[in-house]
Amino acid sequence: MSTTLGADPVVEPGARRRAPGGGRLEAIAQAVVPVLLSVLASGVLLAILGRNPFSFYGAILDNGLLTGFGLQQSIVRMATLLLIAGGLIIAFRANLWNLGGDGQWLLASAFVAGFAPSVVNAIGGAVGLAAMLVLGAAVGAMWTVVPACLKAVYEVNEIITTLMMNFIGINLANILVKGPFLTELPGVPRTEILPLDQRLPRIGDTQIHVGILIAVGMMLLIHFVLTRTAIGLRLRVLASPEAARHVGVRPVRLTFMAFAASGALIGLSGAVSMLGDWGSFRADFNPAYGFLMVPLVFLARLNAVATIAFVALFAVIQIGGDTATRKADLPTDFILVLVGLLLFFMAITEFFRLRRAR
Amino acid sequence: MNNLLTEPVLTALIAGALLAMTPIMFAALGESISEQAGVLNVGLEGMMLFGAYAGFNGALYIHSSWAGLLCGALGGVVAASVMAVLCVRMRLDQIVIGVALFLFAEGVTSLLHGVQFGDEYPRIGNTGEIQVPLLHDLPVVGESVFSQHPIVYLGIALVFLVRWMLKKTSLGLSLRAAGETPTALDAAGVDVTRTRTVAVLSCGALAGIGGAYLAIVGAGSFTPLMTQGSGFIAIVLAMLARGKVVWVIVMSFVFGVSLSISTALQLARINVSTDVVQMLPYLTVIVVLVLFARRSYLPSALALPYFRGER
Repeated sequence: MSTTLGADPVVEPGARRRAPGGGRLEAIAQAVVPVLLSVLASGVLLAILGRNPFSFYGAILDNGLLTGFGLQQSIVRMATLLLIAGGLIIAFRANLWNLGGDGQWLLASAFVAGFAPSVVNAIGGAVGLAAMLVLGAAVGAMWTVVPACLKAVYEVNEIITTLMMNFIGINLANILVKGPFLTELPGVPRTEILPLDQRLPRIGDTQIHVGILIAVGMMLLIHFVLTRTAIGLRLRVLASPEAARHVGVRPVRLTFMAFAASGALIGLSGAVSMLGDWGSFRADFNPAYGFLMVPLVFLARLNAVATIAFVALFAVIQIGGDTATRKADLPTDFILVLVGLLLFFMAITEFFRLRRAR
Repeated sequence: MNNLLTEPVLTALIAGALLAMTPIMFAALGESISEQAGVLNVGLEGMMLFGAYAGFNGALYIHSSWAGLLCGALGGVVAASVMAVLCVRMRLDQIVIGVALFLFAEGVTSLLHGVQFGDEYPRIGNTGEIQVPLLHDLPVVGESVFSQHPIVYLGIALVFLVRWMLKKTSLGLSLRAAGETPTALDAAGVDVTRTRTVAVLSCGALAGIGGAYLAIVGAGSFTPLMTQGSGFIAIVLAMLARGKVVWVIVMSFVFGVSLSISTALQLARINVSTDVVQMLPYLTVIVVLVLFARRSYLPSALALPYFRGER
C-alpha cells in the first residue's frame, strides 16, 4: 500500500510551525487552548454530576504534581510512556503504522519479569539489570519482524498485521505468566517478585528510578537522529516508497530497521517498567499505554522533544486522576473522558491552525 | 476424546459461536462499508460501546429487545456523527479521532453506568430469542442455530444485502469510488463528503446494533468496557475481507467458534487455556499470510481526507 496516512511526514514537522501566522506565542497557545477547553468541558460534566470541579482538578494537581510522592509517581510513569512514544515516533516517521505497541510492551514485560529475579540473583545487580533491559528491547524488536517482513517483502498492510500480532502478544504474555513463569504466590497468577533492593537504582532519596534518565536520553537521541542525520532523512523518505527508490534508499532493509527500532524501544519501556516500578507481571495485566500514545505522538507532530511535554501532562493526569476520581466517588474511567476530550480538542485546534496557514 | 462429539457439546459450541459471532459480524460489516468509502474507523469499539449502553437502557426501560437494538443503532449513529463531522467534514486525522472516540466512549459509558446504577448490574428479563418452527426440533442445530434472536438471521441477510448494494447499485459505486478515487467521484458530480458521511453513519448504526446485541442478548446486562476488543477484531476482519463482505460472515463465525470453544471443551471435560484458543485465529491468519503472502488490498484513498482540487 502506498498510501500516506495522515499528515505528510516528508515535510519537516518543525517547518510548518514557522508557516504564516507562526511564532512562539502561537505555539504555546496551540498547546494550552485544548487543555483549557477539555478541562472546561469535563468541569461542566462534573458539575452536572454534582461534583465540585474545582476540588476535582485540585486533587489531580495535588496528587499528580504538587505532593512529593505524586510528582515522583508521575515521573516514574513518564519514563514508561516516553519510551513507548519514542518507539512510535520512529515507526510513524517512516509512515509505518505500528499499532501493536501493547502486544510488544506486554510480551517484553512478561519475559523480563519472568527472567529478572533469577538472572539478577545469579549474575548480580548492574550486569543483570542491563541484560534484562537488552532482553526487553530484543523481545519487542522480535515481535515486529513478521509485520516488517510482510510489509517490506509483500506489501501487506501493517495496520492489520501489527494489530493481529498485538492480540497474539497479549495472549502469549498471559500464557507465559500462567505457565512457565508461574509462581506459587496466592491470588492472581504472577511472576516471581523482584526484591525492592534489586530493582533499577533510584535517584537520590526518591521513588524515581533511573528509567527516566534512560527515557529522556533516548528521546533526545531520537530527536537528534531523526532531524540531524542521514538515517533520519532516509526514514522520512521511506514514507513515500517511490521517492525512496528514486534516491537510492533501500526500502526493505530500512523498513526492517525502523520496525525493529520501534519495537525495541517499546520493549525497553516494558523492561524499565517491570524492573523499576512493578517488579512482577500479573496475568491479564494490560494498561494499554501503547494505544494511548498513538494519538499523542501524532498531535506532537512526531517531534520527540515536544512529545516530552505532552507525555508529562498525560502522566500527571493519569497519576493524579487515579486519586481524584476515587475521592470524588467516580469510576476511574472518568479520566478517559478527560483524555478523550483533550485529544478531540487538540485535533480541532490543529485544524484551525492549518486552515489559517493555508 | 469420544465425548467431544456428543450432542450437548456440539450444541454449546455452535450456540456459543453464534452468540460471539453476531456482534463482530455487525461491526465488521459496518467497518467494511466505511473502509470501502475511504474512512478507516478506528473508533469502532467506541461505537459498539455506545450501542451497548444505549441498547441496554432501551431494552431495560421499554421492555423490548427490538426497541433496545434500535436504541443501540441510534447510540452508534450518535458516536459516528462525531466521527463524520471531525473526520469527513473537518478532515481531521482518522486515526487520532478514532482513538480519541474509543477512549471517550470507554469513559463516558462507564461513567454513565456508574452514575445510573452504582455497583449494581440490573438484568434484562426477556432477551427475545425465538424458536424457528419445525426446524427447532432438529438435533444439535435445533437448539443452537434455530433458537436465536431474529436479529442474527437478519444480520446474515443484511450482509448479502450490503454485498448487492456495493456491487450493483449506484450508491455502492459511489461508496467504492469515494474510497478508491474520490477525485473521480467529485468530477462525476457526486458529493464525496456526503457519500463518506453516509458510510460512516451506517457503520455507526451497524456497530451500535452489534454492541446492543452483546449487551441485550449476549450478556443480558451492561458492564463497563464489555466489548473487550471485539471492535478491533472487527477492524482486522473487515480489512482481511477486503470489501468482499460475505467473508465477514465466514470469518466472524471462525472467531465465534474460537471464542466459545473453551467453554464447549469444558463440557467435554477437556481443559484448554482460553489464552491459547483465543490466539489461534490470529496465528492462523499470520501463518497463512506468511506462507501465501497474499496482498491485502485496501482502497487506495483509505484514511486520506479528501481536499477538493488537491492531488
